Amino acid sequence: MRYLPHTPQDREDMLTKIGVSSVRELFADIPQDKVLDRLVDLPRRKTEIDVERFLSNLSNRNVPASSAPFFVGAGAYKHHVPASVDHLIQRSEFLTSYTPYQPEIAQGTLQYMFEFQTQVARLTAMDVANASMYDGSTGCGEAVLMAHRVTRRRKAILSGGLHPHYAAVVRTISGMAGDAAASLPPDIFARENIIAAIDKDTSCVVVQSPDVFGNLRDLQPIADACHANGALLVAVFTEAVSLGLVRAPGDMGADIVVGEGQSIGNALTFGGPYVGLFATREKLIRQMPGRLCGETVDANGKRGFVLTLSTREQHIRREKATSNICTNSGLCALAFSIHMTLLGGTGLRQLARVNHANAVKLADMLADVPGVEILNKTFFNEFTIRVKGDAAALVENMAARGVLAGVPVSRLLPAAGLDDLLIVANTEVNTDEDRTTFIAALRGER
Amino acid sequence: MSAIRYTKDHEYIRINGDVGVIGISDHAQHALGDVVFVELPEVGKTLAAGSEAAVVESVKAASEVYAPVAGEVIEVNSAIEEKPATVNEDPLGAGWFIKIRIADTRALDALMDETAYQAFLKTLD
Amino acid sequence: MMNNQGRPTRPGEAHGAARETFTGNRALDIEEPLIFDQGRFDSTGIDIDEPAPFADRLGGLTRADDLALPGLSEPEAVRHYVRLSRNNYSIDAGLFPLGSCTMKHNPRLNEKMARLPGFADVHPLQPQSTIEGALALMQELSRWLIELTGMKAVALSPKAGAHGELAGMMAIKAAISSRGEGETRTTVLVPDSAHGTNPATAALIGFDVQSVPAGEDGLVHPDAVKAKLGPHVAAIMLTNPNTCGLFEREIVEIAAAVHEAGAYFYCDGANFNAIVGVARPGDLGVDAMHINLHKTFSTPHGGGGPGSGPVVLSERLADFAPVPFLRDDGRALRLIEDQSGNQAFGRVTAFHGQMGMYVRALSYMLSHGADGLRQASEDAVLNANYVRAGLSDIFSQPFGDRACMHEVLFDESWLKSAHVSTLDFAKALIDEGYHPMTVYFPLVVKGAMLIEPTESESRSSLDLFIMAMRDLAFRALRGETERFEKAPRFSPRARLDETRAARKPVLKWTPREPWVEAAE
Repeated sequence: MRYLPHTPQDREDMLTKIGVSSVRELFADIPQDKVLDRLVDLPRRKTEIDVERFLSNLSNRNVPASSAPFFVGAGAYKHHVPASVDHLIQRSEFLTSYTPYQPEIAQGTLQYMFEFQTQVARLTAMDVANASMYDGSTGCGEAVLMAHRVTRRRKAILSGGLHPHYAAVVRTISGMAGDAAASLPPDIFARENIIAAIDKDTSCVVVQSPDVFGNLRDLQPIADACHANGALLVAVFTEAVSLGLVRAPGDMGADIVVGEGQSIGNALTFGGPYVGLFATREKLIRQMPGRLCGETVDANGKRGFVLTLSTREQHIRREKATSNICTNSGLCALAFSIHMTLLGGTGLRQLARVNHANAVKLADMLADVPGVEILNKTFFNEFTIRVKGDAAALVENMAARGVLAGVPVSRLLPAAGLDDLLIVANTEVNTDEDRTTFIAALRGER
Repeated sequence: MSAIRYTKDHEYIRINGDVGVIGISDHAQHALGDVVFVELPEVGKTLAAGSEAAVVESVKAASEVYAPVAGEVIEVNSAIEEKPATVNEDPLGAGWFIKIRIADTRALDALMDETAYQAFLKTLD
Repeated sequence: MMNNQGRPTRPGEAHGAARETFTGNRALDIEEPLIFDQGRFDSTGIDIDEPAPFADRLGGLTRADDLALPGLSEPEAVRHYVRLSRNNYSIDAGLFPLGSCTMKHNPRLNEKMARLPGFADVHPLQPQSTIEGALALMQELSRWLIELTGMKAVALSPKAGAHGELAGMMAIKAAISSRGEGETRTTVLVPDSAHGTNPATAALIGFDVQSVPAGEDGLVHPDAVKAKLGPHVAAIMLTNPNTCGLFEREIVEIAAAVHEAGAYFYCDGANFNAIVGVARPGDLGVDAMHINLHKTFSTPHGGGGPGSGPVVLSERLADFAPVPFLRDDGRALRLIEDQSGNQAFGRVTAFHGQMGMYVRALSYMLSHGADGLRQASEDAVLNANYVRAGLSDIFSQPFGDRACMHEVLFDESWLKSAHVSTLDFAKALIDEGYHPMTVYFPLVVKGAMLIEPTESESRSSLDLFIMAMRDLAFRALRGETERFEKAPRFSPRARLDETRAARKPVLKWTPREPWVEAAE
């Protein structure tokens, strides 16, 4: 077997040295009637060629985003990732290292964590960021739990513009923990009065901008209302590139900012692995979940980095930990950080402008299509349109015509009666031809 | 010198009439290592005996400081929040945590005096 | 009040501080400043065309601040990250015997497969007709996981081990609620030796955690469990093989007692890699177990993630699995994403979990096959015992010299006379070119050293490691304490001041120079 170095002779010699006659003796503690006397009912080993063949066949049964005009978003976005990013994250020393528990021989990981934390803090205009969460949705669940700890209240109010999967994650954890999580109805026009829902029991209000329908929301009035009631504002985003152009949540009074970082540096990969961004105010750092890297010096006085404030974490606090999180999303955070380093603030702003410009172009083209209505007054690179008939059927039909048109709202909210709504995303990868093809396919279908 | 009593959890309480000054023993600060953070209760809080009065953290460990006896918090030592190293340097003096008004001083009888505590420490590894 | 983990977190005296070279570099060992110290705030390493003028639709919510993030050109960026990488130890570069973490070889075929466009470049919300291959891959992975564990179903979506644990415990909570016992069965039993995630997970969803003591032999015994069982107990969380590297011999009896008391048996699957193809958790009475794909099935650890933590479920829990899950309706595989019309307890993440990790893990399983996976487990156990045999005359074992599973546990009692701590010993190992073993875990053993060589190590690699360990041990016992106190001496950094980092946390770069402030 190509991954196992021992020869049969090695094994014999080693068993002799251990003082047993067969490897089975080493498993003697397993109840012997439970030890398998046969191989499990699965195929035998495969050569590298055969594995490639098998998996390539499966891969070929999917339609990659790059192979068609592609307008699918709603929480994950197709962006161009520079070639150097994937090359660098595959360096052995990044790919095959562990969590930096031995900082003397893990400064590479620790330094990029520190840089990542700084980038995220600046991007969100917050004081501090952690070294990443699993993804945006689980980060959102953690943000709500954190708000409960900070306020010692147990009720979250979720905006109707929050991504339905994020809301489901929060409701699931809240239901299990015995906390309240009140979801407002789907808010396709960003008109809800969430401030009216805040009361003295409210721990936090969770608002997404750009929201799942693409609308931008002014968070400042909500933050003010939260603070007047002793509650926190949890600001969510699923499109990190928007921060290059849209006012940052930290600049609108958010107490916790949580978002999906996939857009920067990471492939779509059918939903994961992604990278959750998590930032907060200085005074709340001890209630923050996840790993944190901090600057210090070594015995020679040289600057170095270590994991710090780890008494918050499960391996020390156990049942009193701020979270049960252990793994973070290290390599995806690295990909984010490298792409961000290549972009810089200048490049990100430019990238965001191109995204927005492309979405505006498509919106303008759609304005001329009869029977199609754009619902958004504001948007970044994604908006919601109303079509005639069932949007899910339309998406299937357009897919058959080679266009991946977007996400039908019914896929995310099956029982909401919003079956004629379609969420359409546009990024820097979409060309004028893509948009023309999109319009043609849309016209052909109506 | 005022009387001092210890718990098996290594808190001490120094007694001045019905006022008790609570902190952690020298053994405790040593076992914890460098203290990096303390969290103190609000003045006015009523503590039951054995309830959580404060939290003390080193780099690798976090511990609760329990109230040796019941009482009301009348003062907290904010200086150790600013400079947690004081807990290591002078645990029985400047490194105190809180002062309480002891609800019932008879409860102190159940605690160990200096001699008993030193003997107790010898029974630990 | 103490948990006795108070070990030095501040380095001792400074040493070797003299500046040896002008640059501070030492040949291949090159100092690399932060991007914020070298990047210019007005530059970028990416060419993007300026869009034609257009009227924005931002409704006045335009970002006004400067977004002060440095940009590096591609050559600068590549150099930066390459230099950083060289300060990391990695499995690819050497033996990484970190107990409980399973640092085995990460085959590069898996990386190549995960990057096939049909996997890497598909969106989670594409129409299901365009992702048939992705669903088939998830189905195939499920088949392997179910067959290897002897369980009924698997929830793939959890993002990491601890997340799988959470999903498994949620399924248990949902099952208990469905029996109408949600208000009464609120206690979860956890042995003292458990991973910290176990009690943290149980507490997170409102369970009371009660600990179960292990016996003198490091094992949990049925009587200790039975003494704690009752109508208030929801579940026991047990790691098997346990964190001391031992197989819980009486697991079948424990499981039976747990079931008889109406509770569920959660098994922490972190150490499943020891018994793949040898025994199946389902046959042992387990109701739920997460599988760390990044441990057992070799997906890379990536400096701390991403992981992937599918949780396998018994017949009694299968119906409560979270959305999404796969259903074969006879004609095609469908991904069920909606909670209505089923008993799913909810959703633990957006979308469908860690597809990139599924591909890698399946690639690994296919490569090994049923025969190779069993061989891998046998070799992992063989290697751990080989290390044990090579060290047991010097290093003390807390539970006697007996066969271990995939990792071997030593304690510090052999070191007592030497005035060298477990931590010092671990740091000295760095100077010998090794990543240290896991130290001070499990907590039930004083000064624990937990060594997991994995099946990836050749005999000659193990021989050298054993000799290096023995040499260090002799030096420690001979009183050469300086070598240990000052270790590591040859790493990119000497010991770091963790106390300082925690007392005054500096968690991000802040500008110090006037010219940078101008750019803010």
